[in-house]
Amino acid sequence: MSENEITPESGPDRFPDEAVTRLEPDAKEIIARYPRARSALLPLLHLVQAEEGHVSQAGMAFCADQLDLTMAEVNAVATFYTMYRRRPGGDYQVGVCTNTLCAVMGGDEIYSSLKEHLDLDNGETTEDGKVTLEHVECNAACDFAPVVMVNWEFFDHQTPDTARELVDGLRLGEDVVPTRGAESLCTWQEASRVLAGFDDGRGGEGVQAKGPSLAGLKLARERGWTAPDPNDLPSRPSEEEGGQQ
Amino acid sequence: MTTLTPILSENWDRTDSYTLDGYRETGGYQALRKALDTDPDAIVDQVKQAGLRGRGGAGFPTGMKWGFLPDDNPKPRYLVVNADESEPGTCKDVPLMLANPHVLLEGVAIAAYAIRSHQAFIYVRGEVLHVVRRLRQAVAEAYEAGIFGNDVLGSGFDLEVVVHAGAGAYICGEETALLDSLEGYRGQPRLKPPFPAVAGLYASPTVVNNVESIASVPGIVANGTEWFTAMGTEKSAGFGFFSLSGHVARPGQYEAPLGITLRELLDMAGGMRPGHELKFWTPGGSSTPIFTDEHLDTPLDFESVGQAGSMLGTRALQLFDETTCVVRAVGRWIAFYAHESCGKCTPCREGNYWMVQVLDRLERGEGTEADIDKLLDICDNLLGRAFCALGDGAASPVMSSIKYFRQEYVDHYEQGGCPFDHSRSTLWGDRVTTTGGNQ
Repeated sequence: MSENEITPESGPDRFPDEAVTRLEPDAKEIIARYPRARSALLPLLHLVQAEEGHVSQAGMAFCADQLDLTMAEVNAVATFYTMYRRRPGGDYQVGVCTNTLCAVMGGDEIYSSLKEHLDLDNGETTEDGKVTLEHVECNAACDFAPVVMVNWEFFDHQTPDTARELVDGLRLGEDVVPTRGAESLCTWQEASRVLAGFDDGRGGEGVQAKGPSLAGLKLARERGWTAPDPNDLPSRPSEEEGGQQ
Repeated sequence: MTTLTPILSENWDRTDSYTLDGYRETGGYQALRKALDTDPDAIVDQVKQAGLRGRGGAGFPTGMKWGFLPDDNPKPRYLVVNADESEPGTCKDVPLMLANPHVLLEGVAIAAYAIRSHQAFIYVRGEVLHVVRRLRQAVAEAYEAGIFGNDVLGSGFDLEVVVHAGAGAYICGEETALLDSLEGYRGQPRLKPPFPAVAGLYASPTVVNNVESIASVPGIVANGTEWFTAMGTEKSAGFGFFSLSGHVARPGQYEAPLGITLRELLDMAGGMRPGHELKFWTPGGSSTPIFTDEHLDTPLDFESVGQAGSMLGTRALQLFDETTCVVRAVGRWIAFYAHESCGKCTPCREGNYWMVQVLDRLERGEGTEADIDKLLDICDNLLGRAFCALGDGAASPVMSSIKYFRQEYVDHYEQGGCPFDHSRSTLWGDRVTTTGGNQ
């Protein structure tokens, strides 16, 4: 949690009245989903992150007001979770997986290549405000290693070359398409709003599965392997010589 | 010979597999109809008899977990699906929820009905945006179709389902930390007992199950316990995803009966990448002690893997070939545990911090023999001395790697540096003309 120990940037203590008026109905909708209001704290922190791009003093004060919590209670939670930015960042958060499997498969080379290419260190943002670079932990796509996440969308099977093209494309405003995800990237703030629980209607975009996800199924289709037929089960599996079928 | 048994992945090659219509066309939600005509306790018994064991790593019998809910507690009961897939190497629930979210939702409806819960939560990690979208879309479709909400499919049973996105914390995959997180607190594990069945979410009786466990329930209800136990072994019944990653020719998801071996799986996956040999692997994520090529024929079921000195875990088979430095690999895992330790328990918080220093020193070739003893000493003080399994998990790769590859640790300090060329391990390391750029 070390990178989250940064003190929040000083800024206004409160959202402007206009923002409070606009966000309060959203907050009420989130709170209404839960039997107890405090369960809404994580989604509310995503919501205030969607408003400003990071979780500020003002954002935490909004959460505290909505849930009748102290600032200390909200701060304790906001600092625990790595997805909440403690300071402003770019429109696109580029996270290179450097957990063991991806690191070994080339994640380390990708990360060092991007650091050099963008002249950034971990958690820093390009001057144009487009790209924040960080290394991330395992993102559950190990069979697609090495993996890069942009605003928590998958970019599978990356190399230093493709990753540099990716960040260049983001900075130039080109269409950058996740390998398994929506048909285009949304911004960091838009992504945060989806995580707060407000649909953007894009769940139907993109493939259902591809590549390694289908490796086993493809082989089973080729070889005619299926699960047992419930209407024609082997009498006792132990009596069948080596057979699962 | 064991063969693959695509069940949860059976419809993944349909482009509409994630839609309600697509799922229904392949028989979806028929198990729910059957369940709703059955006594809830009979479903609990059926899942018990099937011998379904938790697919999130620990392998606790699912039906037994359901049966632990006390009858005399008047508080509401909750079903919580653990979709916080974050154990390094584990990559099964995310593709399942992307391709076939409705099989999970059907399992949610059946499980909630069986345990008499009217409120379910799906706690999905926040770092998978499109999975959150897919799940929410599927839940909306299910409400629209009368599968969730009041009077589920006309049965009189009511069920509310909420998709809750986490915010980045591996520890929340631990069930009691998950509950604290879902209550809006820092995700820190609780002292057990009381177990969640007695005092879980909001101190109410709660069942927490992994995605794959819940998704396995519709098949059991539809096809019967004998169908389920026709796969797997006596004590590790049924099927599961085996997720192959790393230096293998065709990494990916292989759905097979428990008890299949890595030799069989590797054969299906085209072997290791050409010209290379298996060096070490994890049977079930980074928290399970590593195996070597000695264990190619170990049946991948809970008992056999345990007897061979590791754990089946999440069947996350991360395969590393001879180009991989084991000290580097372990060092990176420990950096992960140090980063993700919630800080509650001193042995885990401090032990992982110091192991990172020692492993970094060893990898740079600046260590000594005393460092190896120091690592083992720290593990001795870590194992079994933390509230949750994160501490134990961190000891696994360290202790097992020293057991099998002690000489490689020695080589680092004797040679004054890492003997491996890390670029050879990369995805592009074997390409004649590299497209990898600066390395």
